[in-house]
Amino acid sequence: MNKFAVALLASASLCTTAMAADDAIKVGFVTTLTTGGAVIGNDMRDAVNLALEHMDNTMGGKPVEVLFEDDGFKPATGKQATDKLIKEDDVDIVAGYIWSHVLMASYRSVLKADKVIISANAGPSAIAGKLCDPNFFSTSWQNDQTPMALGELLNARDVKSLYLMAPNYAAGKDMVAGVERTFGGEIVGKDLTKWGADAQLDFSAELAKAKASGAEGLAVFYPGKAGGAFIKQYQQAGLAESMPLYTMFTVDALSLPKLQEANMTGILGSEMSMFWSPEMDNAANQKFVAGFREKYGRYPSFYAAQSYDAMNLIKSAADALDGDFSSTSAVRFELAKANFDSIRGEFEFGNNHMPIQNFYARKVIEDADGNWTTEITKTVFEKHQDSYAATCSM
Amino acid sequence: MDTILLITQAVNGLQLGVLLFLLSAGLTLTFGIMDLINLAHASFYMLGAFFGASVAIYTGSFTLGFSAAIIGVLAVAWIIEKGIISRLYTRDHLDQLLATFGLILIADTLVHMIWGPAGLAIALPPLLQGQLTLGGVTLPSYRVLIIGVGLLVALGLYCLVNHTRTGMLIRAGASNRQMLSNLGVDVGSLFAAVFCMGAALAGIAGILITPITEASIGMGNDIIITAFVVVIIGGIGSIKGAFIAAIIIGMIDTFGRAFLDQLFMTVMPAETAETAAPAVSAMLIYILMAVILSLRPAGLFPPKLR
Repeated sequence: MNKFAVALLASASLCTTAMAADDAIKVGFVTTLTTGGAVIGNDMRDAVNLALEHMDNTMGGKPVEVLFEDDGFKPATGKQATDKLIKEDDVDIVAGYIWSHVLMASYRSVLKADKVIISANAGPSAIAGKLCDPNFFSTSWQNDQTPMALGELLNARDVKSLYLMAPNYAAGKDMVAGVERTFGGEIVGKDLTKWGADAQLDFSAELAKAKASGAEGLAVFYPGKAGGAFIKQYQQAGLAESMPLYTMFTVDALSLPKLQEANMTGILGSEMSMFWSPEMDNAANQKFVAGFREKYGRYPSFYAAQSYDAMNLIKSAADALDGDFSSTSAVRFELAKANFDSIRGEFEFGNNHMPIQNFYARKVIEDADGNWTTEITKTVFEKHQDSYAATCSM
Repeated sequence: MDTILLITQAVNGLQLGVLLFLLSAGLTLTFGIMDLINLAHASFYMLGAFFGASVAIYTGSFTLGFSAAIIGVLAVAWIIEKGIISRLYTRDHLDQLLATFGLILIADTLVHMIWGPAGLAIALPPLLQGQLTLGGVTLPSYRVLIIGVGLLVALGLYCLVNHTRTGMLIRAGASNRQMLSNLGVDVGSLFAAVFCMGAALAGIAGILITPITEASIGMGNDIIITAFVVVIIGGIGSIKGAFIAAIIIGMIDTFGRAFLDQLFMTVMPAETAETAAPAVSAMLIYILMAVILSLRPAGLFPPKLR
């Protein structure tokens, strides 16, 4: 009798744990929450929390639980965090990832467990091409697309000679390759600088070379704190008058308030390529930007925009499946429809699950309240698909 | 090769060297005199930047920020020396490494809690925002100021170490601690003074770099390794060695970044050179350290040991 009671109790408790896991949709979100990269991770976390608020913490009729994990800006730590989410926390889906090298180190862990991973930023060429996987989705872009748009923008602005600078890692090389693919003029000089935990932040030698090259334009990719440092030194070196600056993922809502604080007026009017801008006129974006500014008192960055979209993409699948994430094939079938109101407006997924979307030129301006932000000046690419999609066998 | 570019890069190298010297001076003194390996030196650099930037933003004056960086770091250094470091002098190097590494983690977390993850950017006074042109060479005025401040500090240190009684004690400490203590010198106070002075120099370096990059968490951890290379190449405990080694490293690093890719392109395809050059130029200073250590195991200017 006693044994029977114990067995009964045990099965009852098993039932309740199963129920609890069944009850909520668990999302693992890996981003950078320590080191200098935490500025980006913070913005992404804020956007995820805003998205949860906007969906009343419910997806497909179930409560949502988001587990944030820190990658410490290191591939090894990012992989550990991903393993923990998959094995210990048993999450339903994993999202996040700022850095291409962290994503490359981590995504196999998710795929091996037959779960879906959504990149809210990194878009390395390998995962878009030969290593593509049905369980991988992106709410951002493939790394090459934004620099390809920049090359096209430079052609439109009639820049004949260009000096290029980027950090020496996977994404930096993708950016340089992207600009080279579309830019029609001559590239007179190129610098790949040290990156990682002890990244180079003093660019005096490179700026002196750029100046001596006499190029008509300077194009750079410096995400995070390196971007602010670069722009300050660009202006201090007096290049703002002679060599217009074009950027990729360098000037954003994270760096602009600090540049304004430091009175770096040389950046006003500078152009960049991007798939999104905070003033874009669609209902989802207006709701996102207004909500973000009201809640946090600042403009959202594109990292935030992509994270907000990632949550809404997950919600679209959960709604279609009534919150049942037990079948991964059903989940990815629903995700692939991209059936939600994106902050970038209409878009669809390509065969490699990278977005096919518009790319714009945007310019740094001062808004009506005196805050520095960006504004779209022209459409560079319409419905652009990345160049690696063809090598993906999906 | 373009002479103007060459001179510009030499001045850039000098500026980097001077900054490295400010950071290494304190390190070489504590390492040489107290036999203390102090990783937390990196935190004084960061704290100098954050104290200085906060006051500069609050008051709108860079000069006040600069003074606040020195005073703030001196105060923190004094507390840490009395509370923690003074207990470490007699322990072995592993204990010192562990304890001061712990201090770095504490400092980074405290800064994260107080100032947030974003870091602080400050504006330069209008006078320093422009460029100076001298004989065709155009340089940012602020970088020239850094060189000036650095050389002034170096001169001050030289006078202090070579022409004052305190300096004599410091040199004596670097040569033979035990003897100094046996002669009745209050070694405890001397150590505390040297430690705080070294920390203040790191704080100066921190606030000087802030207008160029920004005050950010862990900023010192990136550069402390290079500072240790300077100390080792210069000879542990030698101010003169630290100065010369810092300038050499500043020059090598700058010229490596500036010209190595062109040099490589003469012997290999452009694409290989583009990726190889930054990797090799990042290694250059360590290659230099290996070469110097194999020729002179105690560094360039080791203090005379008796």
